[in-house]
Amino acid sequence: MPEFKHKDIIALRDLTRGDMELLLKTAESMREINSREIKKVPTLRGKTIINLFYESSTRTRTSFEIAGKRLSADTVNITPSSSSATKGETLADTALNLLAMKPDIIVMRHSVSGSHYFLSKKLPNCSIINAGDGTHEHPSQGLLDMLTIRDHFGRLDSLKVAIIGDITHSRVARSNIQGLTKMGSEVFLAGPPTMMPPGAAKLGNVTVCKNIKEAIADADVVMMLRIQQERQGKTLMPNAREYSRYFGLNPENLKLARPGAMVMHPGPINRGVEMSSYVVDGAQSHILRQVENGVAVRMSMLYHVCGGEIE
Amino acid sequence: MTYSKTVILDEAGIKRALTRISHEILERNKGLENIVLIGIRSGGAYLAAELAKLIEIIEGENAPCGTVDITLYRDDYSGAMPHQAVGKTEIPLSLEGKKVVLVDDVLFTGRTIRAAMDALMDHGRPECIQLAVLIDRGHRELPIRADFVGRNVPTSLKENVEVVFDSSHHPQEVILEK
Repeated sequence: MPEFKHKDIIALRDLTRGDMELLLKTAESMREINSREIKKVPTLRGKTIINLFYESSTRTRTSFEIAGKRLSADTVNITPSSSSATKGETLADTALNLLAMKPDIIVMRHSVSGSHYFLSKKLPNCSIINAGDGTHEHPSQGLLDMLTIRDHFGRLDSLKVAIIGDITHSRVARSNIQGLTKMGSEVFLAGPPTMMPPGAAKLGNVTVCKNIKEAIADADVVMMLRIQQERQGKTLMPNAREYSRYFGLNPENLKLARPGAMVMHPGPINRGVEMSSYVVDGAQSHILRQVENGVAVRMSMLYHVCGGEIE
Repeated sequence: MTYSKTVILDEAGIKRALTRISHEILERNKGLENIVLIGIRSGGAYLAAELAKLIEIIEGENAPCGTVDITLYRDDYSGAMPHQAVGKTEIPLSLEGKKVVLVDDVLFTGRTIRAAMDALMDHGRPECIQLAVLIDRGHRELPIRADFVGRNVPTSLKENVEVVFDSSHHPQEVILEK
């Protein structure tokens, strides 16, 4: 029987294909709990989970909180506006103070890429789960996207996945590239040249396309990314209408993909920018399935990191 | 210490035991009304499927069957060991007011049964839960007993009892290892 032997889940780059298969398999079983009348199991009774969110989030934080509660853990949310970060406390000091309260898991979102590795070194006895760090990774989103794709196609290998948009700033793209290519999918990237990082081809086993049509052609999955206006200046795109014209997904260019291709988006959606409303609400959209799978995937992550790391 | 392996029940023996248990279940409950068979993953689930087939032969009716995975309800859950994947719980209907026959392969400490009963209660309030096991090897650590037993096998704590299934999940034999 395969076992999960990591203390933390910080990046899908650190996980093997086997680790990810295990997380997805458990997530599939966790789904059953979410459809019951009594949506709770006693597994993490007595464990304390701190959700430490330095960046705003609705979906991810709520999803992690529900996941923890359905496993009977005690979850506490800390958001920047109500925390000492606004009073100038450093991450290291915040971490050591939290540690004094003996949490078992800290779920953190932070604007600095790699901050979770720093936190993990400071807190050797506490599991760290990354809920998004800067422009690095967002592993729970990557896993829930993979689960949603596997539900639909029954597999992840030899699928063509197009990821369209602001690749430079997207941690969702990085986690999906890591996860999907390890599972055997082919990943194609497209976006405005200003939003394509130098050396994009080195992000993994990916193909960088010149335009959206080339990336979407014959794709099984079209994954649109959010334009992150909070992370980019005003210089990366002239205006939303032009972006939508050249890199937006609409019923017309969606026809280039395989018939019945899946359309996905990590949310929140800028309707009319990345995607037209026809596509968001259309039959090929799996956006709400992604959110639903989010809770199950996060339950699986919390459950497996609690198992402890024995090397 | 020498290692030895004894077959305590062969395929025909298992079939006879399961056939008798099927009759006992029907007799005790005066038929199949309201009965649900729930097997504990994985051995118990395979045996529940066997019992359902035998009951259908005897009674000419189908009993609903389900599977429960107890991983999330274990009491020896700790951070000391890495976690294995959680199996699926598949209970096709609400257990509210049903007579549940819980099926497992080997009854030992009773802790698995305790966990399974907690899991079942989260699927509704059954009218009653009865326990059917192929082997009862003793050494209970909780006040639990089986209603239907295939074979009582006195064992020592150093021994191990295992029900062997073939690739299509049919029980082949029961072995005692020491």
